[in-house]
Amino acid sequence: MMSALPSALPPTAPLRDPAALSRAGWTLAALLVLWPLLHIAQFRPGDLFDARNLKVMGNFVGQFFPPNTSPEFLGFAFKATLETLAMATAGIALAMLLAVPLGLALSHSLSISRIGPGPGRGLGEVIRAATRFVLLVLRGIPEIVWALLLVRAFGLGPAAGVLAVAVTYGGMLGKVYSEILESGDTRPARALLESGSGRLMAFFYGLLPGSAQELASYTVYRWECAVRASVIMGFVGAGGLGQLMDQSMKMLNGGEVSSILIIFLLLVLLADAISVAIRRLLA
Amino acid sequence: MSFELSQIGLVHANGQRALRAITLSVTGGERIAIIGPSGAGKTSLLRILATSIRPSEGRVSVLQSNPWQLSGHELKRLRARIGVVHQFPPIPPRQRAITAVLAGRLGQWPWWKSALSLIYPADIAGPREQLARLDLADRLFERCDRLSGGQLQRIGVARVLYQRPDLLLADEPVSAMDPALADLTVNQLHSEAATRGVTLVASLHAVDVALRWFPRVIGLRAGEIVFDLPAVKVSDGVLRDLYASETGILPTQDNQPLTVLPAEEAAVNGLKVVVPPRVI
Ligand SMILES: Nc1ncnc2c1ncn2[C@@H]1O[C@H](COP(=O)(O)OP(=O)(O)O)[C@@H](O)[C@H]1O
Ligand SMILES: [Mg+2]
Repeated sequence: MMSALPSALPPTAPLRDPAALSRAGWTLAALLVLWPLLHIAQFRPGDLFDARNLKVMGNFVGQFFPPNTSPEFLGFAFKATLETLAMATAGIALAMLLAVPLGLALSHSLSISRIGPGPGRGLGEVIRAATRFVLLVLRGIPEIVWALLLVRAFGLGPAAGVLAVAVTYGGMLGKVYSEILESGDTRPARALLESGSGRLMAFFYGLLPGSAQELASYTVYRWECAVRASVIMGFVGAGGLGQLMDQSMKMLNGGEVSSILIIFLLLVLLADAISVAIRRLLA
Repeated sequence: MSFELSQIGLVHANGQRALRAITLSVTGGERIAIIGPSGAGKTSLLRILATSIRPSEGRVSVLQSNPWQLSGHELKRLRARIGVVHQFPPIPPRQRAITAVLAGRLGQWPWWKSALSLIYPADIAGPREQLARLDLADRLFERCDRLSGGQLQRIGVARVLYQRPDLLLADEPVSAMDPALADLTVNQLHSEAATRGVTLVASLHAVDVALRWFPRVIGLRAGEIVFDLPAVKVSDGVLRDLYASETGILPTQDNQPLTVLPAEEAAVNGLKVVVPPRVI
């Protein structure tokens, strides 16, 4: 009998989802917060479709066609691309050098003094707090500011860009590394620490096998971001595609700009392919 | 003295009391089973012995030292001498069996040796020998996510055998194995403890395994020691008392009913437990 089914439920379980009300409440709250923010940001989507604005934007985009494919320009672009890739790659490599020790120091899943808790707990917490602060400063200051600062020390050219990427991205990578290391299964590392292993080996034998994929794909994603960031830094004289783009824009040469944009798309595509390949390799 | 607990109490961080007034002293080379219903505090007790949690009350001494008065360095060295078989083997799924077993010596190896071993295994014969004892030698280079629950549990045992600890602790080491493999595994833990003269403490969910293999059996219920007897003195009544809160059926490795012989009869037969033949 179908009618017997509902009465078979325990009397305490209601037939409505008890979490529905709070879910609706949170959605509403999020909208209420978002609305004034959009106002502050002067977000008026209507402007996008204003006839005059459409015409201005159309002219701007129109300048981009056709892309400049003259061998001379492509030669410049190729050299600038290599410079950008070198800048992003060297920057990320240095950033990892900074981020790996900081991330390991910050991660709670590699804390020996937490087991028990044992001796050195206070010192451990102090080191973690200091590390957190260092990472905050590194990534809290935009890379463009680091670049402006470093250009004064190293002069115009990629060196300043590399260091600016290393510093900012070191901060970002360190923070996310430590979070990735805490979000996976931390029991293997903890078991190793509990049998007398050091932190670094507990990381390699206990944490890395489970988190290598995620660490790698986040790092490759940051490399992709670094390629893009190097454009901005090129605008302040740090070399690469960004500097080339800056010159093209100043000379109102839309065809060159669009060629550079196409190169960017290809680079992002490349980053994507690398990421997929690494994930497949580690699977 | 392998370890000594006096008036140990443990309250977990959420306020849940797991152990109360545990006093226990164990000399070198003893083999002890801890049995009791789920939630009795078996895991908590073993974790205190493993120095992975600090008791809320009482005094602990493991391998002649008070772990919670040692410096960080000394505590690390002490931990390297304690081997723990975990109920759910804490092994990354992507790791190969050989690496998981080699990890047993991380506490003893200098860091550069452990690091080099990531590139090429520092020892192949050793892990293979330990896996062979557990009938797993052919899985040496297999990834752990391709193993069954019982096989993975044996990898965890092999790791601890490879560690060669001075105190062997095992938390339900055979819970995912069939009776034959459970016997093989417990047998290997025993012979390791016997040949090296170290103490073995194992918590077990199966009463038959405890009575068959362990000379000393401790019954734990609601965080307290209910009995601490030589296996031959453990009576049916004592066991039914221990598991009273559950179904009244004694848990066994093969889920068959269990008959516990009285002490005199057991002495005569050399047998402590009788599992009636299966009726077909
Ligand atoms: N990490 C923990 N946090 C809070 N309570 C716990 C924790 N571990 C165990 N307990 C509680 O302590 C008691 C004993 O647990 P445990 O030692 O795991 O028992 P057993 O291994 O005999 O099943 C249980 O009531 C359990 O809920
Ligand atoms: Mg348990």
